[in-house]
Amino acid sequence: MKTTADVIIVGGGVVGNAAAYYLAKRGVEVLVLEADDSIGHGGSSRNGGGVRQSGRDVRELPYAMYGIKHLWPTLSEELGVDVEYHQGGNLRLALEESHIDILKGQAERATALGLDVKLIDGKEVHEINPYLSDAIIGATWCPTDGHANPMKTTLAFYKRARELGARFISGEKVVELRKFKGRIRSVVTESGTIYEGNTVILAAGYESREISKTVGIDIPMSLFYETCLVTEAQPPMFDIMLGVATAEIYGHQCDHGSFVFGSGTGLEPSKVPDSSDLRVPALDVSANCRCIMKYVPMLKDAKVVRSWGGWMDITHDHVPVISPVEEVPGLLLACGMSGHGFGTGPAVGLLLSQMVVGEKPICDITPLRYDRFKSDR
Amino acid sequence: MIISNDRLRDIGEFIPQPDDDILICRCEEITKGEIRRACHDGIFTMEEMRRYLRNGMGLCQGQTCSKLVKGIMARELKISPLDLEPATSRAPMRPIEMEIYARDGGNVG
Repeated sequence: MKTTADVIIVGGGVVGNAAAYYLAKRGVEVLVLEADDSIGHGGSSRNGGGVRQSGRDVRELPYAMYGIKHLWPTLSEELGVDVEYHQGGNLRLALEESHIDILKGQAERATALGLDVKLIDGKEVHEINPYLSDAIIGATWCPTDGHANPMKTTLAFYKRARELGARFISGEKVVELRKFKGRIRSVVTESGTIYEGNTVILAAGYESREISKTVGIDIPMSLFYETCLVTEAQPPMFDIMLGVATAEIYGHQCDHGSFVFGSGTGLEPSKVPDSSDLRVPALDVSANCRCIMKYVPMLKDAKVVRSWGGWMDITHDHVPVISPVEEVPGLLLACGMSGHGFGTGPAVGLLLSQMVVGEKPICDITPLRYDRFKSDR
Repeated sequence: MIISNDRLRDIGEFIPQPDDDILICRCEEITKGEIRRACHDGIFTMEEMRRYLRNGMGLCQGQTCSKLVKGIMARELKISPLDLEPATSRAPMRPIEMEIYARDGGNVG
């Protein structure tokens, strides 16, 4: 078996698969190593499917907006799989005056960044979406946000990259990186296999931290757990992404008719951080149901079919690390996606491919550097 | 469990079969042909298959079809069914209305 490639990508999530696709498309020889038996086993397939610009940091917005403008609209056609992308807008809902205060601040910050987000009253909310609770007194409205199917998107990038000749090896957990003459060279896996490449892209979520430590680089990030539920199919109602001012829940109706909602109980910060523990805590689904019914009471008779959970890799400042590493030439980091990895995945994959081949990147990525974390004392 | 899995492993070409239109997952109406084709798209595990096609994601949660899917995939991938891990079973065991699921004694207003 061939163990060398121009570019070795560690991590078969949406970012790794998208990078593999854009690199293969540019004629670069690429090899992806995924620790799990299944491609897209982590957060890439477990998130609620938001493709958003609202709520993003000023450092992320340029590529988040690029993806929504230039990549998502044609992605299904390009990859040959329907990724169920809809640009139906995003409503962030308020039930009380204190919620409106939160939303006001968010709308002001987003508008200052040049994003079309406005605060609207209860009447306008119900004109946009008549299926919501009468108790809703206002919302922010971002018409250019949307959602897609995370499971299919992640696998669609894999499928198309594979068709273009990208090699993927699953069940191959990377444990160490090694330099040769000052440059990145080898990728060592748990099975003892040593892969060699000129460039290594590290896109393994939180696990990137242990791996990058083997060449002396540590990214300050932590694990955060969230759960989702899905209902049985409902009649088509709306293709708007929903969020709430208190950030308790978010969700949307899928093409399939089912509703997917993400949430937590509020107890998550105390959860033992262990990315191999994917069990949904007993309290989660009930709490999620209660929150959903506050905002969309007509779903009270909808049956919950499944629940699942996943871990996010949250950096210290909640903004991803997308960066070359000067101390380890040839190593590119794409980790700490901080819960924003799915919607921005295609753009991040494109950025990585541009960094590899030396194309002018779609935006300036210096604000996303790995060494930006400094003590404030 | 497959320890190392090269996704460019040659499984031959997709050859249409007369019963490709037969429904395997009745809840989500997924056919045998769709499952076989997905194997040629690189879908090599049962977890990937249900994310790709939605088989086993309906009301019965794959209780009817998962054994059939496993057999079809194993034949198409030219491996033993024992090498295919079943996809994760997920709560609730039976679909439950939100209003009822919400009553766990938590913060009920």
